[in-house]
Amino acid sequence: MKRTLIVIVLALAVGILARVSLASEEEYTVIKGARIVPVVGEDIAEGMLIIRGERIEAVGRDLSIPPGARIIDATGLSAYPGMIDGYSFLGLSEISSIAATVDYRETGRINPQLRSTEALRPESMHIPITRSNGITAALVVPTGGLIAGQSGLIRLVGWTPAEMVIKSPLAMHVELPGLGRAGFRRQPASREEASKQLLELKDWLNKARSYDRRRDAAAKNVLFRLPDFDEKLESLIPVIRGELPVMISVHADKDILAAIQLVQEEKVKAIFFGVTQGWKVAEEIAKAEIPVVFGSLYEMPPSWEDGYDALYRNPSVLSKAGVKIAFSSQSASLAKDLPYHAAKAAAFGLDKREALKAVTIYPAEIFGVAQMMGSLEKGKLANIVLTNGDILELRTTIHKVFIDGKEVDLSSRYTELLEKYKPRTRMKLEKRL
Amino acid sequence: MRITRKLILGVTWTIFFAFLAAPFTRAGGSLLIKNGTILTVTGGVLPKGDVLIIDGIIRQVGQNIQAPPGVKIIDVSGKYVMPGIIDSHTHIALSGTNETGDVITAEVDMADVIHPEDLSILTALSGGVTMVHTLHGSANPIGGRNVTLKLKWGRPAEEMVVHEATPTLKFALGENPKQANRPATTAPPRYPISRMGVNAIIRRELLRAKNYMEEWERYRQAMKAKNPPPTLLPPRRDLRLETLADLLRGHLVARCHSYRADETLEFINLAKEFGFKVACFEHIPEAYKIVPELLSQGIGISVFLDNWAYKVEAEEGIAPMVAYCAQHGIVVSINSDSSERIRRLFNDAAKAVKYGGLAEEEALKLITLNPAIQLGVDKIAGSIDVGKHGDVAVFHEHPLSAYTRCEMTIIEGEIYFDRDLYLKERQDKEQAAKRSAAPKKG
Repeated sequence: MKRTLIVIVLALAVGILARVSLASEEEYTVIKGARIVPVVGEDIAEGMLIIRGERIEAVGRDLSIPPGARIIDATGLSAYPGMIDGYSFLGLSEISSIAATVDYRETGRINPQLRSTEALRPESMHIPITRSNGITAALVVPTGGLIAGQSGLIRLVGWTPAEMVIKSPLAMHVELPGLGRAGFRRQPASREEASKQLLELKDWLNKARSYDRRRDAAAKNVLFRLPDFDEKLESLIPVIRGELPVMISVHADKDILAAIQLVQEEKVKAIFFGVTQGWKVAEEIAKAEIPVVFGSLYEMPPSWEDGYDALYRNPSVLSKAGVKIAFSSQSASLAKDLPYHAAKAAAFGLDKREALKAVTIYPAEIFGVAQMMGSLEKGKLANIVLTNGDILELRTTIHKVFIDGKEVDLSSRYTELLEKYKPRTRMKLEKRL
Repeated sequence: MRITRKLILGVTWTIFFAFLAAPFTRAGGSLLIKNGTILTVTGGVLPKGDVLIIDGIIRQVGQNIQAPPGVKIIDVSGKYVMPGIIDSHTHIALSGTNETGDVITAEVDMADVIHPEDLSILTALSGGVTMVHTLHGSANPIGGRNVTLKLKWGRPAEEMVVHEATPTLKFALGENPKQANRPATTAPPRYPISRMGVNAIIRRELLRAKNYMEEWERYRQAMKAKNPPPTLLPPRRDLRLETLADLLRGHLVARCHSYRADETLEFINLAKEFGFKVACFEHIPEAYKIVPELLSQGIGISVFLDNWAYKVEAEEGIAPMVAYCAQHGIVVSINSDSSERIRRLFNDAAKAVKYGGLAEEEALKLITLNPAIQLGVDKIAGSIDVGKHGDVAVFHEHPLSAYTRCEMTIIEGEIYFDRDLYLKERQDKEQAAKRSAAPKKG
């Protein structure tokens, strides 16, 4: 009886140990020989990255390789952290002119109750194309109206929305009028219109505050009546409590100053988006310590007087003034171009290292996820991109992409369609010869 | 004797007209561009090279070229010199794009609506663009004649027109002419609203043009008869059919906006049926599906590098297409079709290296020599070669680098964009504004 028990215990122990060691052997991936660009700190020539499970276990040189680890020889390649798109419509739009495929815009002007990640389409054809260019996470945003809804940060892999979501809601989106998105032909809205909309926004925040207070009071005392349920005000509570940042889309210099004043008066946490005339009020934005996510630089400046290169030099001016900046694609079908917006800004004065940070660690910091992504550091999620050169360069090829420690498929609609038709070309041309 | 007199008269008139025309064809400028990396596009890369432009024409490309007296020298040490960028498909510098009053508008000519003060010209110049083929829009199955321009900002429209370019006529297939993306509420539908109708209406017009040509031919024959009847009248002149007749006579070539592979093949059939030439398919995001057909017909393509999925027929437009088609020998150009994208065509060219591994010189051809071939101007533009026009762009880093920017754009030896000068003027203006804003003393 006693011996049987010992045998059983021993067998179990061996089994458990075997499983543990097997699991850990499978868990390790080692990337060696690559130039490592951790983004924070110095580059490591011919360095080594050890991935355990979904996280980075170690970064350095001449680390000891765990037994049984999968080894990837990346000699001659560079390792970067996965890039983060600061504002995109990935998973919310397939074909932009076909309403049936577009889900980032709701009707109505006040929609704080909307959550973009609830409309996310994991099968979007744009997602594999984007991640195969080294972008591993993206903020997916609602747009339209004064209060557009709530955005969420997603990883660019997963079968279901839930598998993709990293953090949702991440921000409440507010769109201030004033200058349109950009373009010479678009007329700026009048100043009166702008201040009217600001007042309307303040009104909503005040209503949410009183709603919150009434609900609080009712919670403490059953004799107090609960306020009439209002899903819009309900959704704004995290904003007025300073728990959920507001991402304010704002462009003209005067509107930016008004928005800074609003943020300070209302004591909300804010991120600015767009800020095409930010260079005119860079000091003020820096002083207010409000980070900025730029929209697509593939736009014309809002006015010819700003200069042909206004959008291109804007990031450099803000960065030098001390504003924390990040880039975005502002797109679904061209989300893959994120690195080139950063490079374009670098062509017009932005420090190249800052440009790289503005698609990696800075968006992670702005979105409050820097403890888990944005750089190649021990303990962070293993979002790693292996390239044959500078990740912001147009001519660079992406060799491998890891998201949460797992190598992801780099095939996409691009490769699938080309491969589908290659045999036809070959066959027809051979026949002709 | 009579022949000699005729000859003398002819020569005299020619000289007279040449003299008359002289003030309108300004001789270009003269410049020596020194110490740049010269990307000739046809003859490789010349490190630390010079380009000498005299009276608007490239006279010498090489090293240690001495400037003739009086010729301005521009030192571009550390910078890159490439041929001026050519956009094979835009709608800039026009005061109208689509004639939507009718479905078939072959009589319309974009040369009549050149808008030399369009600010988009400056935008294009800031991106190294020196020449554009600016077209009628794609609202109609048969649009109008297009025009090729040099972006000589500040000069009158007549001086911008590139007369050497092959005359082109715009066709359009698919969603735009069938008005698929226009809400039904904005206007009652017009014929055609299907691809069947688009093809049928083009065939109808071509048949009408053939008939028109025959009527004229019969009239000419009848006139030649010994005793033409006094009641013989010439056919009615029809400018619309005259243009289409010119296409069928080979005086014009078709530039056809098409998206889907199938509709493109149908248009090729139509061209074969009527015997006209298609120079180029525009946009054609599915070109990679019909490479053998395009090759056998010798038809080029003018496309976006990766702009796609903005409508259903653009859903299968893939970024590797450009490199793939170019590697198979199709003459491919990258166009902007936009007053914004036009200033970053060099970025799009670089993507052909990334998607499909096109060689760098071939990638540069996508925005220089290839569009020049498509427009029939490769004898005067598209590369840095002796005898061609002095149209060049200077970049501070390799033009295929994501970190590059255009520093200078030169057309026929004259500087039309100079970033240093632009920055200096901006600084002066800012300082002047500051001075006038400062409170006055006293």
